[in-house]
Amino acid sequence: MRFILRRLGFYLIAFWASITLNFLLPRFMPGDPVSRMFARTQGKMQPEQIEALRKMLGVDTRPLWEQYVDYMHNILTGQMGVSISRFPTPVTEVIASQIGWTLLLGGTALVCAAVVGNLLGILAAWRRGGAIDSALPPLLVFIGSFPYFWLAMGALYLFGVVLGWFPIRHAFTDGLEPAFTSEFIGDVGAHLILPALTIVLVSIGGWMLGMRNTMIATNSEDYITMAEAKGLRPGRIMLRYAARNAMLPSVTSFGMGLGFVVGGAMLTEVVFAYPGVGYQLLNAVQGLDYPLMQGLFLTITAAVLLANFLVDILYVRLDPRVRSN
Amino acid sequence: MTVSQVSFGSHEPVLDVKNLTVKYIGDTRSTTAVDRVSFSIGTGEVFGLAGESGCGKSTIANSIMRLLKDPAKIAGGSISFGGRDVLAMSPDELRRFRWQDVAMVFQSAMNSLNPVLTIGEQIVDIFTTHAGYSRKESMRRAGELLELVRIDPARLKSYPHQLSGGMRQRAVIAMAVALKPSLLILDEPTTALDVVVQQEIMAQIKELQRELGFSVLFITHDMSLMVELSHRMAVMYGGRIVETAKAQDVYADPRHPYTQALMGAFPPLTGPRIPLKGLPEGVKFQNIPDLEEVAPDHFVAPFNAGAEAAVFEGAAQ
Repeated sequence: MRFILRRLGFYLIAFWASITLNFLLPRFMPGDPVSRMFARTQGKMQPEQIEALRKMLGVDTRPLWEQYVDYMHNILTGQMGVSISRFPTPVTEVIASQIGWTLLLGGTALVCAAVVGNLLGILAAWRRGGAIDSALPPLLVFIGSFPYFWLAMGALYLFGVVLGWFPIRHAFTDGLEPAFTSEFIGDVGAHLILPALTIVLVSIGGWMLGMRNTMIATNSEDYITMAEAKGLRPGRIMLRYAARNAMLPSVTSFGMGLGFVVGGAMLTEVVFAYPGVGYQLLNAVQGLDYPLMQGLFLTITAAVLLANFLVDILYVRLDPRVRSN
Repeated sequence: MTVSQVSFGSHEPVLDVKNLTVKYIGDTRSTTAVDRVSFSIGTGEVFGLAGESGCGKSTIANSIMRLLKDPAKIAGGSISFGGRDVLAMSPDELRRFRWQDVAMVFQSAMNSLNPVLTIGEQIVDIFTTHAGYSRKESMRRAGELLELVRIDPARLKSYPHQLSGGMRQRAVIAMAVALKPSLLILDEPTTALDVVVQQEIMAQIKELQRELGFSVLFITHDMSLMVELSHRMAVMYGGRIVETAKAQDVYADPRHPYTQALMGAFPPLTGPRIPLKGLPEGVKFQNIPDLEEVAPDHFVAPFNAGAEAAVFEGAAQ
């Protein structure tokens, strides 16, 4: 319990540091959003309008610390301002409309890649030098080192356009009303397969190699020999003795991955025209949309920290040695 | 060689190793770690195997349980246990043979326990796999086992890192006797422990041996410990047995120069201070011949007098 409280304290400080950075970074970037909007309207704005916009968007000339106090207050009360690039939608609304899809796509891909990759890694290490161990790692690393957008577009062209097995854009068929019906869920699933599959393909090699290497190190531990001497069944030794110990580093990577899911998979979202946070973030940066950028960064930071905190708690369950120190 | 006929008592030997040869096969060169080694262990007998690090003691232990991993290969000889050919066992037979018939206490208790499972779970494993007991029944028996080695049964819920080194080794010994095996292999069971704990552990093993009557293959390089515990013993050098006899005879009258050097390398606890003798530098025994009987039940590999002279010369310096 003390361990968890200490971790919680650490994450709160990390969170504070990150929102402070989050506040400072865009303000040190060159350019300001109102001049961007001014440029977009091709100079049709009056000076008073510009002034009003500056006020409304919080692009004020007040001293930095006053802005900081305001900013902290707003964050703690859940106000993240109005998006500039999608004016006048509030930032929270923009993020809320996209984040569900991002989580669905990224979460599915991450879970599939981690589960399958780790299982393959376990098997490869257990039968070291066997068929899985010899063939898969080079193949998966080869696929994983393709430029992602090339692989994604190739898959889109082959399976979406030529073969027509999967829909080629969006998260569900246009005109379909989102509802908890089997029809809609099936449709979402069909739209999900191709983008998720491309992410799984490029990331699975890393999971497999990581697990395989840790597992090989674990296999030479004395307690594995002892388990064999005890005459336990091979499956039990593999899972309860070897994999159970070798999975700890993978859990950490999974936690990190889980946090970054919230950041979205920008290239995937662009290639498959999938709604999501990643594409939104790109737009926000290009449009110097401070509030949206800050809102997104904040969400990502919070997600990464939260995921790490969850992993810490999980670690306490998984590794008894953590509990004592 | 007739060594296998010499065993403690008149019983049929529990373990009979004949001409065992183990090679570590590399890409460019191979090493023979165990070279035509023969010995047998009778029912209830404690057989000691002594020798320096790397002489093949542990390789023999691992061969008996068929735990050798690549690149080690059993290249020849036979191991028979209670009349069964260990080297011919199918994977399933082998799995049942392990721990039910032969159990082993490994060198380092620190590393032979799974760090993420409780002591209880690791004992229960044995019962549920081999004896088919329910979890509850297994847990009860696991508690009894811990009591047998004088550990509080409440420790069943502890993880290995929460126990001291001595407790861990005792827990491993408890696991080893869980299924009442007829042979227990002790591979340097006290090497990682300090002398006081060593004594406790050895006393524990002696007591269990008296109570349960299993045979023991005791591997160590600590000659005094070995003489104290073993009925018969063998001294190994470079993968070969150079001398084997009753432990008392080896102690009182070591014949092979290597045995003499090994005996001379330990300080006596009492008596005047004497400079320790060891094998002097540069002395190597090669192409060690088969054993010959030099006295009743006392077998020594013939050696040339030059080597003996070198040992004594080295000792004199």
